Amino acid sequence: MEVPQVNSGIKKYRGKWTKVQVTHLLKRTMFGAKKEDIEYFSSKSLRKTIDELIDTIETEPTPPLNNYNDDKYSDPQIKSGDTWITATKQTGMEVGRRKNSLKSWWTGLMINQNKTIQEKMVLFWHNHFSTESNNVDNATWSYLHNKLLRQYASGNFKEMVKAITLDPCMLKYLNGNNNNKKAPDENYGRELQELFTVGKGIGSHYTEADVKAAARVLTGFRIENKVLPEAHGIFDATRHDDTDKQFSSFYNNTIINGRKGKDGEQELDDLMNMIFAQEEVSKFICRKLYRFFVYHNIDEATEKNIIEPLAKTFRKNNYEIKSVLKELLSSRHFFDTANYGCIIKSPIDFCVGLCREYNIQFPNNDDYVNQYAFWLNIQQTAAQMQQNLGDPPNVAGWQAYYQVPQFDKIWINSDTLPKRNQFTDRMINNGFGRQGNKKIVIDPIAFAQQFSNPSNPDMLINESIELLYMTGLPDKEKQYLKEGILLSGLQGMMSDHYWTDAWNKLKDKPDDVSNKKDVANKLKKLYQYLMNLPQYQLS
Amino acid sequence: MKRKDFIKNTMLGVALPTFLNGISLKALAGTPFMHALSGYMNDDKVLVLVQLAGGNDGINTVIPFDQFSAYTNARTNIALPENKVLRLNGFDQVALHPSLTELQKLFNDGRLGIVQAVSYPKPNFSHFRATDIWMTGSDSDKVMNTGWAGRFLNEVYPQFPNNYPNAVMPDPLAIQVGSVVSSTFQGPAFSMGLAISNPNNFYNLIEGKVNVNSNSRWGEQLDYIEEMSLKTDQYADVIKKAALKITKQSDKYPAPGKNPLADQLKIVARLIAGGLKTKIYMVNTGSFDTHSKQTDDADKTIGTHANLLKRVSEAIGVFMDDLNYLQAGDRVMGMTFSEFGRRIKSNASGGTDHGAAAPLFYFGNKVKAGVIGANPIIPINATVNDNVPMQNDFRSVYASILQNWFSLQPSDVQNILQKDFAMLPIV
Repeated sequence: MEVPQVNSGIKKYRGKWTKVQVTHLLKRTMFGAKKEDIEYFSSKSLRKTIDELIDTIETEPTPPLNNYNDDKYSDPQIKSGDTWITATKQTGMEVGRRKNSLKSWWTGLMINQNKTIQEKMVLFWHNHFSTESNNVDNATWSYLHNKLLRQYASGNFKEMVKAITLDPCMLKYLNGNNNNKKAPDENYGRELQELFTVGKGIGSHYTEADVKAAARVLTGFRIENKVLPEAHGIFDATRHDDTDKQFSSFYNNTIINGRKGKDGEQELDDLMNMIFAQEEVSKFICRKLYRFFVYHNIDEATEKNIIEPLAKTFRKNNYEIKSVLKELLSSRHFFDTANYGCIIKSPIDFCVGLCREYNIQFPNNDDYVNQYAFWLNIQQTAAQMQQNLGDPPNVAGWQAYYQVPQFDKIWINSDTLPKRNQFTDRMINNGFGRQGNKKIVIDPIAFAQQFSNPSNPDMLINESIELLYMTGLPDKEKQYLKEGILLSGLQGMMSDHYWTDAWNKLKDKPDDVSNKKDVANKLKKLYQYLMNLPQYQLS
Repeated sequence: MKRKDFIKNTMLGVALPTFLNGISLKALAGTPFMHALSGYMNDDKVLVLVQLAGGNDGINTVIPFDQFSAYTNARTNIALPENKVLRLNGFDQVALHPSLTELQKLFNDGRLGIVQAVSYPKPNFSHFRATDIWMTGSDSDKVMNTGWAGRFLNEVYPQFPNNYPNAVMPDPLAIQVGSVVSSTFQGPAFSMGLAISNPNNFYNLIEGKVNVNSNSRWGEQLDYIEEMSLKTDQYADVIKKAALKITKQSDKYPAPGKNPLADQLKIVARLIAGGLKTKIYMVNTGSFDTHSKQTDDADKTIGTHANLLKRVSEAIGVFMDDLNYLQAGDRVMGMTFSEFGRRIKSNASGGTDHGAAAPLFYFGNKVKAGVIGANPIIPINATVNDNVPMQNDFRSVYASILQNWFSLQPSDVQNILQKDFAMLPIV
């Protein structure tokens, strides 16, 4: 059966603004929708919500720490608990540990995200400007790259591309650092066009000659202060090809005139201006944002009704990312119920979203060793499900964001689906443990506690489903959950009070161990079941 | 109902262990691949547990015929008429509820027995707690985290689910039909059971019905995930294969949907006869929580409780008939259980309140039919506080099945049940 076309357009959504819409918006723009966040935004208007999600200025997070000293190894330069980004040395001993520290830290930032779109955008750009920390093999550069993604997350895309071009991590990853007039390296010049700006869509016709020409424009940029915290890209005129560069008809036969000496650096601006003069840039990025935030398939109707007007907005606003985010995320199309629940959660969304939606308690900052270790557990779990934060498979990013026709279905296969189920089973049962009885695990009673009337089994199930799923569940199945799980097989309305009694007893006599265990077990089974249903895979 | 219901439920109890509970798995990995008990893996005996959820009224199920006037006196508003209850060959003191015609036949045939007044010391009157006690096999004042059947299966298949399914045990260890995996099957680290929540899901699976949510963006994604779940499910295939070996079953089953317990047992019979090596099946029916109006006002032989019992009787009757038709009857024994019985005296609403001990039924071609234990003593002037005292510990029933049906060594039985319980001559 064909999936029907969704015709709603880019015009502002003016329909109902209830928890359903808020949940949809938060599941897409944050990692999971927390009950308290849904309530927070429900009391505001859509416009205020969008403004707050997108305009809130994020302060720079405390940088990653040395969490990695152990009985076998101590960082000679950085004390445990201090940040390693100030380190001036980096040997093979430190790189691996610092890379893991960075991944932990980043995962922690997602888990503890503010009520903004920031972390989702950082992940979006991480996928877009893909770099692999294992390949770059320099934790400081990877950190600086991350900082850059944060800085521009909802900023100006054109400026971002320029900054990325000078980013040490990218200069290393795509060989810009080796690109010089004697031996031009085309790697970055190619990906700049193919993956970062004009893309490979039907409207993109750059040529191999354009790749070569761009590479020559980019000769001379290299990394300065390689291992120091102040590492940055500089322009080295002695390495620059100062001859003229001819581009194809796709770029209106533009010639970027070679510039001598220091002025050679300005050719980069010429290149940016030439590329960003192509409408295809705005369309390419808008399509990618659409796939990330709305739905994988862009049919003719979507291209015409959503992508084209959105791309126009992008150009009109001089490539300010906020302008398109706001328009897309406030549109009728975004809030069309046809677009609810139609994204398969990425592994990171799945794992981090679980931690957030269940409000899993991690150790606080004083206990940074355990805190980082648990964050790494989550990061590694997502990695086992094929999304290794910091290490996308290649420069194109994760396949699920671009591979036609499968897209996000790629996340689900016979290896990863059981792993998803094992992870949810684990988090509802034993969680992850560390020495000294430290644990991260779902507290099912605390989770149920936040609903309006957990003593009423129907309300408890309904509200749990509303929070965890965007797709709902048939009444028959809810009935089954109630009778089969919460009521131990008892049926009929007359039996509801047994759950009510057990819940109330838990409130009145919290010390009653067997009652508490019984209630907790029923809730565990309920949530384990709900997370095993395919609906939980959807956002 | 959709195929996904089957799929999701099969995923529930089956933990696929690559990294789940790493520590436990490490510990397990140290044990020899085949446990000393593995000989039992090839034993083809099967146990079927029939849960009567809600607390069945034992006194109106197995009537103390020898004390009929005290019985009538205690239950003026619900007592069954003396001339309507079903009599049992060779056991004049005991009679059955008029709905239990099939069970009466089985009894008189020597294929069904009754254990009287089953409970445990210090009985608990909460549905949830009492259910938990029956499922875990714990003492009343102890909380256990594993199920009695889960501990049994863990003894026989100690590494489960690591390296399962395998050539020796290609099939689910335990299957629950009609609900989620109960704590009965909870092993030390993993649930040993797999659930087929709804009979329809089972038929959709074996008939290969394809889901059709695809008319929406989310539905099409959901279909894909469901399809993948099915491919991923290690046991979907063996269940389907076993089911497809059986092309005809007894024609005595009621129409689908008429008797949910019969629907469940029909699947169990099919899987057993289809050759699954699964050791234990569990089915359930309810709700026996008859606090009010458990009988019709005028005719005490009909009404809520009568209907509930009729289902049980009809379902077990046709199940046994089917198993024999499929030539699998000798391999199967079953038992009913309910978390508690009900009070001796009926209440003013024409019902009965939560009570203590109650009789249970056990059945199978190979069981030792009969009545174990005596009728409870019904006081001449029963009060609301009068309960049926325990004669047989429920764990004696479990112990007897483990030792005499599954042929476990007494020491293993003690290990599983964590105590020594008296044997009952049921099999």
